[in-house]
Order: sequence, then structure tokens, then C-alpha cells
Amino acid sequence: MIFIQLFKTFFTIGLFSFGGGYAMLPLIQNEVVSKHNWITNSQFADIVAVSQITPGPIAINSATYIGYTATNSVWGSACATFGVCLPSLIVVVLLYLFLQRFKESLFVKNAFKGLKIGVVGLILGAALILMTPENFIDYKSWILCLVSFIACYRFNVSPITLIFGAAAFGVLFY
Amino acid sequence: MYQAWELFCVFFKIGAFTLGSGYAMMPQIKKELVTRRHWLDEDEFIDIVAVTQSAPGPIAVNLAVFLGLRIAGVKGLIATALGSVLPSFIIILMIAMLFQGIQNNPFFIAAFKAVKPASVALILVPVFSIAKRTGVIGFKFLIPLLIALLITFTPLSPIYVILASIIGGILYYGRQKE
Repeated sequence: MIFIQLFKTFFTIGLFSFGGGYAMLPLIQNEVVSKHNWITNSQFADIVAVSQITPGPIAINSATYIGYTATNSVWGSACATFGVCLPSLIVVVLLYLFLQRFKESLFVKNAFKGLKIGVVGLILGAALILMTPENFIDYKSWILCLVSFIACYRFNVSPITLIFGAAAFGVLFY
Repeated sequence: MYQAWELFCVFFKIGAFTLGSGYAMMPQIKKELVTRRHWLDEDEFIDIVAVTQSAPGPIAVNLAVFLGLRIAGVKGLIATALGSVLPSFIIILMIAMLFQGIQNNPFFIAAFKAVKPASVALILVPVFSIAKRTGVIGFKFLIPLLIALLITFTPLSPIYVILASIIGGILYYGRQKE
């Protein structure tokens, strides 16, 4: 039954992908294109393209899109999306319970200090990965990035305002 | 109950208007929950950002669910899980059903050429605010910089960075205390 297959596949994808976003793409591609043939490689490229121009986590976007394409039904989307989120829900609840119990432990506190340094690196890495010639097409891109950064970091401009501002800029100048 | 509804609205709004990964959503989440509503302080928010990186799956969902659970218990968890997933779900479903080929629409292409660099800026904001708040500045910033370069230019999985930083933290800071 394809609905159970979708759920199981996306559960596995959710469970074994760390780092979110683009780090999940090769795993998703391998499962849904190579293994299950639910969609073709060119459809997968379309999904990535659509994800880049729609809001929300790329894992949810691809689960929803693939679930629908594979079954032609909203339930396919629902199964795949629920599947990809369920591991997060379970692991996060376990982490929460663990930390409630042990947050005063020196061990956990030291682990946190180390973790925060690592996480700063991971987030910086997520930004660097996106600084490709496809995303930063000309000098205007770099100016936009710098201006947005300063506006948000220094002057507390709301990120949603920034996104709309950037979209308007894009329509006018590209 | 009211708090859970408010959480749902906050995450729905963020999910509907932030492009890309959970990383780009962090500045807005912090603004709504820490700066505006004072439901938790900045240090705790940073701790939660750090811990939710070590869970698998979409970062946006991990972060939303942990915050929901912490702020309003199980009701909060349900509210934030739905709030963070539903906008993408609805938008993508509409595209899959009705607007095949939207990725070729020149209007969207132009808008998103500019939105992408702005989203990268939103990802850089938490890098600097967390680094500053946790004292990872000056020479110490070389460690995250090295990690970022490794993540970008080698196929190293983030899970090894997470494990190494946890173990490194326990060994380094543990030895310091004695």
C-alpha cells in the first residue's frame, strides 16, 4: 500500500537526516527517485526549484509535493509529511524530558558550552553553502545580503518586512 | 489555551513568510517569543537552538516543537507543530494541484533572485548573535569558522560536529573546573 510506504520512507528520511534543509536532499532523492521511482529526476529538480521559491522547511515541501505526485491525493501528502515530522517530534520530546531531569548536571552544562560553539559553526556553514553563484548572481545580491544583515542585526528590522522588501526589489530590478 | 493559540499563530506566520530552512526563521522566532512576549530569555533560547540541532529532521520543526513544549506543555507542542508545518503543506499542495510550473513564472523568479541573498543574511544573524552572547569572539571564532568550512567544502555530516562539540565541551570545560 503506497500510503504506508510513503509514511515509512519519509519517517526514515526524517530519522536519518541531521542538519536540516539542503543536507536532507541527497537522502530524499535516493529514496524517492532511485529506490521507489515515485517521481523522476527531473520532477525532483522541479521540487527543489519550487521549494526555493516557497516558504517553509525544504523537507516538508518535498514530502508534501512527492506525497501528492505519487498518489494524486491529499492523503499521500499528509502521510509523507507526518512521516517526515514524526521522528523530530519523538526525539525532541525525549530530549526535552532528558534536559528537564538533568539540566543542573555539570556534565550537561559543559556539553552545552561545547555544543553552542559547534552550532555556531553549523549555522555559519548553512549560510556558506547557500552562497553559490546560482543564489548570488551579481553585485546586487551581495549588497542585498549585507544591507539585510545590518538591518536585522543592528536595527532590529523585522525579518518578514525584509523578505517583502527584498521581493519588491527583485521584481523592480531583475 | 490562549497561549497555545498564540503560539500557533506565531509559528504559522513565520512558516508562511520565511524562505528556506529553519535557520532563516530564527531571528523572527526570537523576536516574537523573547523580545516581544518574554516567554523565555535569550540564553535559554540559545540553549534550545543548540539542543534542537542535535535532533534529526527539519530544524524548523525541531525548534518549534521544543519551544512549544517548553512554553505551554503538550498543547504548545501540538500548536507549534501544526503552526510550523501547515503553511508549507497548504502552499505546496496548492502548487502541486493547481500551479504546476510556478518555478518558471518570471515574476516569481525575479522576486526570489532578491529574496535568496536576504534569506542568507537572516541565517547569518543568529551566527553573530549567538557567538556574541556566548563569548565565542576573537580567536575563539576560528573554531566555528573551521566547522563551517568543513561543512561547506567536505561531505562531513553535521551529526559528527554535534557529537564532537558535546564531547569536546565535556572534556575541555570539565577539566577546567577541577
